[in-house]
Amino acid sequence: MGRVRGVGDDSSTTFSDGGGVPRVVIVDDHRLFRSGVRGELGDAVDVVGEAGDVDSAVQVIERAQPDLVLLDVHLPGGGGVEVLRRVLARNPQIRFLALSVSDAAEDVIGVVRGGARGYVTKTISGRELADAIVRVADGDAVFSPRLAGFVLDAFSATDAPPVDPELDRLTQREREVLRHIARGYAYKEVAKELFISVKTVETHVSSVLRKLQLSNRHELSRWATARRLV
Amino acid sequence: MDKASGDRVAPAADETPRLTRAIDGRLLGGVAAGLARHLGVDPVVVRLAFMALSVGGIGIAVYVALFFFVPTEEAEREDDPAARAADGRRKGRDISQLVAYVGLAAGLGFLFLLFGGVFDPLLWFVVFGTLGAVILWQQANPGQRDEWMTSTVGRGKGLMRAGAGVLLVVVGVIGFLVFQEQLQNARAGLTFAFTLLAGVALIVAPWIVGLVRERDAERRERIRNAERAELAAHIHDSVLHTLTLIQRRAEDPREVQRLARVQERALRSWLYQRPADAETTVSPALERVAAEVEEEHGIPIEVVCVGDCPVDDGLHAMLRSAREAMVNASKYAGTDTISVFGEVEPEEVLVFVRDRGAGFDLDAIPEDRMGVRGSILGRMDRHGGSARIRTAPGEGTEVQLRMPRIPQM
Repeated sequence: MGRVRGVGDDSSTTFSDGGGVPRVVIVDDHRLFRSGVRGELGDAVDVVGEAGDVDSAVQVIERAQPDLVLLDVHLPGGGGVEVLRRVLARNPQIRFLALSVSDAAEDVIGVVRGGARGYVTKTISGRELADAIVRVADGDAVFSPRLAGFVLDAFSATDAPPVDPELDRLTQREREVLRHIARGYAYKEVAKELFISVKTVETHVSSVLRKLQLSNRHELSRWATARRLV
Repeated sequence: MDKASGDRVAPAADETPRLTRAIDGRLLGGVAAGLARHLGVDPVVVRLAFMALSVGGIGIAVYVALFFFVPTEEAEREDDPAARAADGRRKGRDISQLVAYVGLAAGLGFLFLLFGGVFDPLLWFVVFGTLGAVILWQQANPGQRDEWMTSTVGRGKGLMRAGAGVLLVVVGVIGFLVFQEQLQNARAGLTFAFTLLAGVALIVAPWIVGLVRERDAERRERIRNAERAELAAHIHDSVLHTLTLIQRRAEDPREVQRLARVQERALRSWLYQRPADAETTVSPALERVAAEVEEEHGIPIEVVCVGDCPVDDGLHAMLRSAREAMVNASKYAGTDTISVFGEVEPEEVLVFVRDRGAGFDLDAIPEDRMGVRGSILGRMDRHGGSARIRTAPGEGTEVQLRMPRIPQM
């Protein structure tokens, strides 16, 4: 079992300041899954809270002020998107990593447009999840191969002229990076493959994330509104 | 009667069927049904035409001639049990329809006797009135009404029909009265009747609206229940079954994992897959191939696909090569997961099969090992594509397949 520290007893140092492991809140309506994740993560993170529905999640997060929230997409009381909306309005500094079993494009795109900085599936290994958490807590974006695939799909359909060329199109380099992620490459491997630094890969992915969140491309809006998210 | 025979039109064939006397859906000798099938029109039209021609006697003569000279339809559907089963209820003669035609013929005859010719306007007003009444009565048929109400287009059509029906009846009744020179006498009565009707309509309208709403709610509930039942059946058939199997095989972790993966895949495809043609486009085909390999070898394969297009010969070969690459990775890489990425671009289709496993020395593979050379490199070459294998001992393997797309017509 991971450690649950008393709420708020270590809020003086945050992870971003270089204060050790990231402080994490796990939000998922399956208790078994929460304890499973906590066990897998072990000492890699500091679990400072758990919640099983939207209302308690908002409360716990606002009280614990974690570096990062592991957020399930499907939650009773409005889903992960509702948590994002309510928390980010008052605490824009808190970062979210979405975690779901869902393969549906509208779920994935919806939660990322809602403000999550990454999306991984629940089949991810403990080590990879810990990596992803550190990365997102650091301010980077984390794309699973599937999310990369969805994004390529959404941005590749060239039926309509882009409304805002800067936001509605991916650069050649960004596409290249996404393609490698979709092929199952880790950031380090992508960097080696494209002869760029890991930092540059991260920059590209973050830029894609920004476009994904701000673009009004038809496909994105369609996916997002399919479930009345965003 | 229109409705009863509406679904009797012969299955739409690509070319005009030969003129035969129909066995299926005949009323008398199958002449009208056969002719209708040959001409591609509703049998009712042909039957009414025969009836109209029969006024002068020609129709009967033509019918008898056709009956003798046109061969009966061969029983060529014998060997198609499915089609037979589907047509089972249409077999034989539809007595009620026959009765309707006889009644219609008798009625027409009676009218002619009464009015002494087609040109008496009184006859036409009677016909108008009857036609309108028939349309209105049809509206009252619950099955038909449901059909019309389901779509907005259908609803509009239904209203149009009802309007036409009312108009025909009114024209018929008033015309009849005018020509009988009864209208003057009837005016007082008409006013009274209309006032009464309006009053009744005012009273009844809210109740009818309520009924309609209730019925809509009921229908929605019915659909919801059907969905729920389908979901329950699905979960029962697949998920519960798998869970039982897993409990029984609890001592064999590999088998448990395999069962869980298979079930997960099935459930996912049931929940999330857009209902694309499972076998005819690249994306679902690639996923199916991966599922098969995974089931055979027990190594999870993650498939990501961008874009989609129909599978042609070249892409078929590509899918087989991809399968071979997945099998190789499952067998030799010694890794716990394999990534497959497919991308459909305007000019070509790319597939990458990647593992982070043992890797191997490509040059050290003996010439006679068919796996890589024959099934992957050779096959892609033969179909105009190309394959590249990137690997080194300890570095994992990536098989890159590339197939140009043949422009669609």
